[in-house]
Amino acid sequence: MNLKKHWWKALAIVLLVYVHTVGLLAEVPRLNILNETIRALYFHVPMWFGMVLLYAVSVYYAILCLRKPGQGYDTWSVNFAHTGTLLGILGMITGMLWANYTWGSPWHGDPKQNGAAIALLVYLAYFVLRGSLESEEQKERLSAVYNLFAFAAMVPLIFIIPRLTESVHPGSGGNPGFNAYDLDSRMRLVFYPAVIGWFLVGLWLVNIRVRVQQVNKSNS
Amino acid sequence: MKNIFQKIVAILFLLVSGTLHAQTTEVEMADAFRADGKIYVVVAMVLIILAGFFVYLIRVDRKLSRIEKEQKSSAEKKN
Repeated sequence: MNLKKHWWKALAIVLLVYVHTVGLLAEVPRLNILNETIRALYFHVPMWFGMVLLYAVSVYYAILCLRKPGQGYDTWSVNFAHTGTLLGILGMITGMLWANYTWGSPWHGDPKQNGAAIALLVYLAYFVLRGSLESEEQKERLSAVYNLFAFAAMVPLIFIIPRLTESVHPGSGGNPGFNAYDLDSRMRLVFYPAVIGWFLVGLWLVNIRVRVQQVNKSNS
Repeated sequence: MKNIFQKIVAILFLLVSGTLHAQTTEVEMADAFRADGKIYVVVAMVLIILAGFFVYLIRVDRKLSRIEKEQKSSAEKKN
């Protein structure tokens, strides 16, 4: 493998091997209720951070679609949204598992949990919208506009509303985010590499999906 | 002088008993699991799954590159 061209794929592998080793072995703050599950921070939260980053890149390509239609930016936009949704669904499942053992039930009706579920549904509607349109031009234009609105809805649903209301989720309802865990430098040292690593894996998956679709297109 | 000494002893006693109390109410963690070294079994399993995932991803990537190359060369032949 040519390392000069594929350095970011190698970086993704190195970062995730590091995260899964140090994340399980290193010392973590000792807290009641959370106990060892505090380590889920290294695996559950990067899913959501990765999702938001991938959705942000999807919006960037949606804007390019509107500025310069017919240049193939649509393929990038939809695949970034697609991979972002994959990470979002994994974040939802891992969050439910974590909630079951710390909050008492998998679906706690917490504003952050509900907001994340609504945001995922908004993005699922994006794929329904695309599937219902025949013409490629229409598909590109309409889904790019919808993408902007979906992103604009996702940000308050996940980041703003949970902060304004009562919520048990860390980082919401007056609960501090990282400070709840005394997220000192040792936890950040694993958490941020995890975010970058999963975002890079997301990029890799998008890259493969886009290339498969391009090959199919030029074959037909 | 004796009074000051008594005060210091009292403060020291408070500090020591404070730390002892903190130790008895310490949060339960999987310390024995770590001491046994069994945590390494879990780490090894997670790393094997991760390795399998990445090997698969790299193979798909390479296969795709090969198909792209073939397509490119056949397109050039047509021209």
